[in-house]
Amino acid sequence: MLRINRDKCGYCGTCVAVCPEDALELIDAYLSLERDCIACGICARACPLGALEVVHEE
Amino acid sequence: MKNKYDMLVVGGGPAGALAAKTAAEAGNTVCLIEKRPAIGTPIRCAEGIGKECLFEFIQPDPRWISAEIERARLITPNGTSVSLEQENPGNVVGYILDRKIFDRELVWQAAEAGADVFVKTRATAPIMEGGAVRGAKVMATGSPADIRADVVLAADGTEAQFARWAGLDTTVPLREMMSCAQYLLTDIDIDAASTDFYLGNDVAPEGYLWVFPKGDRTANVGIGISGRKSRDGSRAKDYLDRFIAKNFPGGKTIEAIAGGVPVCQPLPCTVADGLMVIGDAARVVDPLTGGGIGNAMYTGKLAAQVASKCISAGDCSKAALMPYDTEWRASRMGKSLERNYRVKEFFITLNDKKLNVLADSVASVGLAEFSVSALIRELIKRNPRMLFELKALKDALQ
Ligand SMILES: Cc1cc2nc3c(=O)[nH]c(=O)nc-3n(C[C@H](O)[C@H](O)[C@H](O)COP(=O)(O)OP(=O)(O)OC[C@H]3O[C@@H](n4cnc5c(N)ncnc54)[C@H](O)[C@@H]3O)c2cc1C
Ligand code: SF4
Ligand code: SF4
Repeated sequence: MLRINRDKCGYCGTCVAVCPEDALELIDAYLSLERDCIACGICARACPLGALEVVHEE
Repeated sequence: MKNKYDMLVVGGGPAGALAAKTAAEAGNTVCLIEKRPAIGTPIRCAEGIGKECLFEFIQPDPRWISAEIERARLITPNGTSVSLEQENPGNVVGYILDRKIFDRELVWQAAEAGADVFVKTRATAPIMEGGAVRGAKVMATGSPADIRADVVLAADGTEAQFARWAGLDTTVPLREMMSCAQYLLTDIDIDAASTDFYLGNDVAPEGYLWVFPKGDRTANVGIGISGRKSRDGSRAKDYLDRFIAKNFPGGKTIEAIAGGVPVCQPLPCTVADGLMVIGDAARVVDPLTGGGIGNAMYTGKLAAQVASKCISAGDCSKAALMPYDTEWRASRMGKSLERNYRVKEFFITLNDKKLNVLADSVASVGLAEFSVSALIRELIKRNPRMLFELKALKDALQ
């Protein structure tokens, strides 16, 4: 599952552009998970601010 | 908002603004939509632009020029500083813009030329008919609407989702995404006429750190690192914070932004039936410098010129729109994107030691011409012992 830390996010769209699933979207001023996410973690790597985290549930 | 226009432009950055202005001036009905509540903010840019590049599209206006630049300095891992300036020092070679005002000015001009402009209005999907784009579904401040158009220009920047939804793959590979962070710092000691670039794997792995002046004691201090080098504890923000703690400890941050610069090759094709892709969305940022404002304006204007003809002729098929794709690839911009992609691929293979050797070799040279190719020619001339390694660079110049 992808956790978005809105307090850290800078609304820059970097994660949107690298997501292979086109799951993320910047709505006017906030980031939102709009479609199915495969928890690959690429967006979390690319984020300049560390606002994304893939958490694996037990 | 009407429900049918000749042209719909998705995105209110420099690419979209120039496209809307050009198409409106040619007599088309044009609608430009921007999803953010205000044009130009938050910025995602270090705001530097070359003089010629700017002059081609607009005359400089003190309202949106923050600083005049006379030189660039490259600072290598061992502290060598290579100063690049024209033969007659003191010549302005570029500007640092105030993009909040600049971007607005461009959209203003589009509006003045007759284009409709809507903010907080987001394209949520293309309207597709028989495989062709016929407009967009939008969310306009909470109300859904359909806007139909003969041709849609995707000018939606880094995210580039509109073209993706229409079937073009715009995904940027992690290694080719520059992960960026920047502060507008004030109360710091800088050279107010120089854009400074700090290189090295400890400073900015596979990227660089920049100090772009915005006034006498104020600068955009930012960094871009390759996405593949980015991880917890060593993200763009971490590198930047460390650099600032060391070099500008007393600096005060009055703005903090993040951003992503795609430094991959351009999209394999930038048109489809009823669709043209321009600016960052087409992946036409200079892969070496990360500069994309000029290329966004160029592609925006060119696309609108081609589209205007197609609209009048009643044919906005992929084949009819193709001259846009062909022309930018053959242009100076197209050639320089190709060359600089190869130059970038070469530079990211260098370790700090080689970077130092190369920089030292040109440290004392005054370049007659302020350009990437002049610098590369000089590097090749002065490093005969690295001929083999520099071959890739030499080939890139051809
Ligand atoms: C940190 C950083 C530093 C940079 N420094 C420089 C520099 O010094 N010099 C330089 O030349 N370039 C620089 N660039 C690159 C430059 O900012 C871009 O190349 C330029 O802004 C591209 O213009 P554009 O019009 O294509 O896209 P943008 O300016 O990104 O505009 C795209 C617009 O589309 C909107 N949009 C997106 N999706 C939708 C949608 N679905 N519906 C409606 N609207 C939408 C966005 O909100 C945005 O406003 C930098 C980039 C970054 C990230
Ligand atoms: S990359 Fe990070 S800062 Fe940028 S929009 Fe995504 S989560 Fe936010
Ligand atoms: S984890 Fe992977 S699939 Fe999920 S949003 Fe991030 S990049 Fe996309």
